[in-house]
Amino acid sequence: MQALGKLVRTTAFKLMAAYLLVFTLFAASLLGYFFWNAQRLLGLQINSSINGEISSLADEYQQGGVMRLAATIEMRARRPGSLLYIVATPDNEALAGNVSELPDGVLDKPGWSSIPYSRDDGTSSGARMALVRVFLLQGGYKLLVGVDLEEQSRVRSIMLNAALWSAGLIVLLGVAGGWFVARRVLHRLDDINATSRSIMGGDLTRRLKLAGTDDEIDRLAVTTNAMLDRIQELMAGLKEVSDNIAHDLKTPLTRLRNHAEEALRTARDENTYRVALERTIEESDKLIGTFNALLMIARAEAGRIETSMSDFDVAEAAHSLAELYEPVAEENGARIRVDAVRPLSLRGNRELISQALANLVDNALKHGAPPGGEGGAEVTITAAKGEGRVVLSVADRGEGIAPSERQRVLERFVRLESSRSRPGSGLGLSLVAAAVKLHGGTIRLEDNQPGLRVVLELPDRQ
Amino acid sequence: MRILIVEDDRDAASYLVKAFAEAGHVADHAADGLTGYAMAKDGPYDVLIVDRMLPKLDGLSMISRLRQEGTQTPSLILSALGEVDDRVKGLRAGGDDYLPKPYAFSELLARVEVLSRRHPGKGEETVYRVGDLELDRLSHVVRRAGEEIDLQPREFRLLEYLMKNAGQVVTRTMLLEHVWDYHFDPGTNVIDVHVSRLRAKLDKGFDKPLLHTVRGAGYMIRAGAR
Repeated sequence: MQALGKLVRTTAFKLMAAYLLVFTLFAASLLGYFFWNAQRLLGLQINSSINGEISSLADEYQQGGVMRLAATIEMRARRPGSLLYIVATPDNEALAGNVSELPDGVLDKPGWSSIPYSRDDGTSSGARMALVRVFLLQGGYKLLVGVDLEEQSRVRSIMLNAALWSAGLIVLLGVAGGWFVARRVLHRLDDINATSRSIMGGDLTRRLKLAGTDDEIDRLAVTTNAMLDRIQELMAGLKEVSDNIAHDLKTPLTRLRNHAEEALRTARDENTYRVALERTIEESDKLIGTFNALLMIARAEAGRIETSMSDFDVAEAAHSLAELYEPVAEENGARIRVDAVRPLSLRGNRELISQALANLVDNALKHGAPPGGEGGAEVTITAAKGEGRVVLSVADRGEGIAPSERQRVLERFVRLESSRSRPGSGLGLSLVAAAVKLHGGTIRLEDNQPGLRVVLELPDRQ
Repeated sequence: MRILIVEDDRDAASYLVKAFAEAGHVADHAADGLTGYAMAKDGPYDVLIVDRMLPKLDGLSMISRLRQEGTQTPSLILSALGEVDDRVKGLRAGGDDYLPKPYAFSELLARVEVLSRRHPGKGEETVYRVGDLELDRLSHVVRRAGEEIDLQPREFRLLEYLMKNAGQVVTRTMLLEHVWDYHFDPGTNVIDVHVSRLRAKLDKGFDKPLLHTVRGAGYMIRAGAR
């Protein structure tokens, strides 16, 4: 009962019911039309046979008077399956015919009527119905010609039976078909429901089954499965990030705690305390920096930027950044070259783009020295307008990054030296990637032959 | 200097009150926006330090209400919201400076001291003088002991900001914000390199250095010992 209730509530069942209703109405009106037409045709046929008989009998009467008429009728009435006849005197005395019983007064009413009768040959007695026409002849004689209606009502009942059977069959087939379709759809939806529930329960590896029919439900399943793949990927990424956070934030936190503990345990004079506290502050500043970078990436990835967008000169930003780093580069024997013609307008967040460039320049200065220690890094910043986009790049002549690693370094906390002993949080490039993504652009790491070139392509919204 | 701290976190507030006292200032504390508003309106404060998220009346509304009613006491907004658009919102509401949490007290102190010097007319001086150093803001000429020093435009702006706040500590982030207009940490300590270059041009060949590094805080330009 419960299953039935559930079925009745389904969309598939409702659709099926509505379809069935329309279909039945259509079939019923079609059958009704046929039935009515057949009836009409039958009626017309009876009328015309009676009328034909009357006119032929009227001819006989005109030629030979009532005697000849009576003789003709006598003859015709003896034929098997004949019509009904009576020829009577003005006093209603039958001269000839094959009807033994008639209701009173029928012969006095010229015209059509439907009456019960009995045949005098005994083939049919009692209340059989007949359609009769009474005709007044000259001299007061009366002529009745009629047709037994039994045949017609038999035909009608056969037709009615056929119509009822067809209607029943149509309804039955409709219900069965609809039930089957509804059950099938319901079954697949139930399947999707059950799978979704177990995915919600934590089993992210489950996927929706495909029927292989490429129908709407199959397409929905394909899309949902693709979405699940993406979610699983993101979850894996999240897990990696949290593992990395565990390492990159917990390790310095532990170090921080250890320093403080050690100072409390061993320090004897103010100076040792001072040194310990300075180290603590230094360590927590680094942590704050990492934390800020993480927050910034998270916010950039969440895409809240529209309010802080403005038109700014990106070439100017590149020059200004190069100028900021110039003294540092000079100290390290490195060089920064800018290839960007001012002005080069870009709609975006100047702060984020500058920070992205700063991270890239900082990386290039750190890692961009040619291998072998010959001289410092050579860093080139370029900014140019392309077709509907602005292309920024930062290139160095260092060791570069192997093609297989290029995608990975964009992820949070990924550092190429696995010991993580060198300074840096591994957030610099992922911050660049997040900033670019926020602007709707793309980031590409290329071989500068030798060295690394990071290319940022940002859509030009002018 | 008298400072009003409007901060709902008791621990943070008492830490600040104590720290300002140690730095030689007097600090009062209000624990919610409405109290802070009333105290700022009537009190003789040189600087207001306002947390952004406060009970009863949030920090931004408090400041803009004070501004509308004519109270011009310089204010610094302290907030955990530190993104560019947050800062812009804070400054537009009438704040004079904005420091994201977590902050270093030395940074806060430096900024508050710089803010407290901001009385009308000060910014319009055309020549800044510190000892025998002279900076002309109109002709862009810098002289020390009468001798002209050749500075790059950016070095000039760096010196200009330091001299405008002569005798006050100026932190690295303040320099990044005011001289370069960057609100992010550029990683490598680029500011130190710029300052040491400027120092080389200013102090080389003179007995008395003018540009000093304040350990753990930033830089300060001043003549003679403090």
